[in-house]
Amino acid sequence: MAERETYLNKEYGIRSWLLTTDHKRIALLYLISITFFFFIGGFFALLIRLELLTPAGDLVQADTYNKLFTMHGMVMVFFFLIPSIPAVLGNFLVPLMIGAKDLAFPRINLLSWYLYVIAGIMMLHSIVTGGVDTGWTFYTPFSTAFSNTKVIEAGLAIFVSGFSSILTGLNFVVTIHRMRAPGMTWSRLPLFIWAHYATSIIQLLGTPVIAITLVLVVFERAFNLGIFDPNRGGDPLLFQHLFWFYSHPAVYIMILPSMGVVTEIIPCFTRKRIFGYKFVAASSIGIAVLGFLVWAHHMFVAGISLYSALIFSLLSYLVAVPSAIKVFNWTATMYKGSISFTTPMLYAFGFIGLFTMGGLTGLFLAALGIDVHVTDTYFVIAHFHYIMVGGAVMGYLAGMHFWWPKISGRMYPEWLGKFAALIVFLGFNLTFFPQFLLGYMGMPRRYWQYPPEFQVLNVLSTAGSTILAVGYILPMIYFLWSMRYGEPAPDNPWGASGLEWTTQSPPTTFNFEETPEVTWEAYDYEHIPAPEEVPVER
Amino acid sequence: MFDNFPLWPTAASTGAGNVDALYIFLVALSSFMCAAIFTMIIVFALRYRRRKGVEAEQIEGSTVLEITWSAVPLFIFLFIFVWGAAIYFAERTPPRGATEVYVVAKQWMWKLQHPEGPREINELHVPVGRDVKLIMTSQDVIHSFYVPSFRIKQDVLPGRYTTAWFRAIKPGTYHLFCAEYCGTMHSGMIGQVVVMEPNRYEAWLSGGGTSGSLAANGASMFQQLGCPTCHRSDTQGRGPNLVGVFGKPVHLEDGRTVIADEDYIRESIVAPAAKIVSGFKPIMPVFQGLVSEEQLNALVVYIKSLSPPPSGSAGQPSGLPAGAELQQPKE
Repeated sequence: MAERETYLNKEYGIRSWLLTTDHKRIALLYLISITFFFFIGGFFALLIRLELLTPAGDLVQADTYNKLFTMHGMVMVFFFLIPSIPAVLGNFLVPLMIGAKDLAFPRINLLSWYLYVIAGIMMLHSIVTGGVDTGWTFYTPFSTAFSNTKVIEAGLAIFVSGFSSILTGLNFVVTIHRMRAPGMTWSRLPLFIWAHYATSIIQLLGTPVIAITLVLVVFERAFNLGIFDPNRGGDPLLFQHLFWFYSHPAVYIMILPSMGVVTEIIPCFTRKRIFGYKFVAASSIGIAVLGFLVWAHHMFVAGISLYSALIFSLLSYLVAVPSAIKVFNWTATMYKGSISFTTPMLYAFGFIGLFTMGGLTGLFLAALGIDVHVTDTYFVIAHFHYIMVGGAVMGYLAGMHFWWPKISGRMYPEWLGKFAALIVFLGFNLTFFPQFLLGYMGMPRRYWQYPPEFQVLNVLSTAGSTILAVGYILPMIYFLWSMRYGEPAPDNPWGASGLEWTTQSPPTTFNFEETPEVTWEAYDYEHIPAPEEVPVER
Repeated sequence: MFDNFPLWPTAASTGAGNVDALYIFLVALSSFMCAAIFTMIIVFALRYRRRKGVEAEQIEGSTVLEITWSAVPLFIFLFIFVWGAAIYFAERTPPRGATEVYVVAKQWMWKLQHPEGPREINELHVPVGRDVKLIMTSQDVIHSFYVPSFRIKQDVLPGRYTTAWFRAIKPGTYHLFCAEYCGTMHSGMIGQVVVMEPNRYEAWLSGGGTSGSLAANGASMFQQLGCPTCHRSDTQGRGPNLVGVFGKPVHLEDGRTVIADEDYIRESIVAPAAKIVSGFKPIMPVFQGLVSEEQLNALVVYIKSLSPPPSGSAGQPSGLPAGAELQQPKE
């Protein structure tokens, strides 16, 4: 039987991949590269947790430890989390979901990936030739006048990666505005698209600020200019304002796409339209806008004025409201639904639970009086890992499982998927919940050695991290396995709404045989029959 | 609280209990919210699991619900904001008359100077029940002075002063940590705050070597560096008369008015051209690099002591909220 033509087999050979302009192939190029960096960042995390098994610094030297947490942060934030969903799932799905053949600028899309790769090579080079020890936050004057490590190289690597991010954002905004199929009005867009639209606005407006800030750090260090170093007439707080002006919205770049994924999965596996479509869409935009107004909540003890601190605390509470709205809407969608417990749905449940916990601890941190005690401690580390790992990464895995049949044309083994999801959830909680307690007890962050009374909680955390590692390795293995041995996937194994599910699995290079015409609302589950049973691998 | 599995450090300062109260409220609120949401999800997951012949009910939404579950959280959040802000306001407003201890942070140790003279490294002895205000600066990078048992933390910056304050309520020895990553031995930049009964503290104070009070050291530095040449105690000097200047507004050449706080005094010594007093010329030599942070602290304390009524050692507290930006920010 002749093999059907798909975007995967249309052309073979390394050139057809490295010079592709097909958004789906570019998505896979990104998938490979970000997975590579995820394992590098994850490896650093394991070394950190191993060192922290004992109070004494006895696994690596202090300088090495300082490099480990720095590079864990830089790699995970800039080379995994920020690209992850937009560059893999966004690239793959945005054109399909709106009924387009590709993104608005396919060659710029490829350029985005090459910029990412060049930045990645620069980052890798700085790692293997000695590493960086400033913390991913590059605070001055330590980074510009005291550190003896590859600050300039790492700073430039992140600078380059920023342009990858900006171009992806640009591509999405233009595509969503200009390339929607006839009948695909703004209010019929899947909420995944709304989430990526909001994310892209942040990428476009925020990333240039971190770019110029890193350039200034490099200039101060390389050319002895006085910008952030008080010894040269500079101001260290200026650096912090500039850095956090981007890096706070950056966390919304990292979480909004995950929320978009969850908002696609829940309707599918409850067979219901999302509760409160307009409010969910508006909350994404609200988060993007308000997210630019809260940056100095990272600086409550940094030496800013009391009155500045009051304003930023107030604004931080405002930005919590749209996130809460999303959690309520997801929960309300389950009411009177018809719920099935597939792997994507399990990850979605996990996301809601862990994001809720992480988000609630944000309320602690926004409270000025509490923040004084817990900022710069493990409480903050626990808070952001609950959101970034318990939220963003679980959302990413949810999406990878949900759209895997469409991307690869294969089903992954469902029972293994569920098992790995459970391992991730348990491992995650064991790793990070003890860190809330450690933080309130007073254990500062970035500590290579620590007083003995903190050991028990650290041991629990390290134990959890080994379980979590297993949970992450399993999908890598079975996704790869499925590409050869997995059950061939039908066009729409989940009975999901969305134009991407009307194409074959995997799609052809140009996605649709004819431009679709949309005459139905999003999440039209009233008219889509549930699959008889979810196809299960053996 | 529980000895084997403590949930928080000993509450050893007047402010600690207030922080813990808000913390407990937030833990209770979060637990309640998690319980409510997780229970709902579990109940829905079971009650509405996929069953043959049972269709999902398509519900578009409910504006009333959306407004309710936006407004109610918003009110709760504003309540938390006000409570947290009140605690913070108290944390950042040292009481009048607090004893002022000068702290110099450097990679990787804490150096402390009591106004009466004793110096300590990585240890701070204080008596129970006394208000202590820390006036802190760094010799190199940003550090952060953190005493978990007091629930206080304040970044310590190079080039300016930051302040923190506490009143200890329980004798004991409490961790002092550096909480802002500062290089190789950041995790070794730790020490302790030793809180003693007042009579034992007096004994400790007099037991130390005679290094002289901070103000006395400052006075002798002032002479050694030749400051009285221009800063005479009349109006004939080439520099402003420093008697009574601390804490008062100063009119500058460029039209600005600033308050002469510790930062102003310090900057006037290390970078005198930054703010020239109206009516004077920019002729003061630059002392950056010629005096250490500790010597600067002594000079600041001495100049503070020149404000009437003369009180001898620690000088008048400025009475301003710590870190208040009444001074124009540095150019």
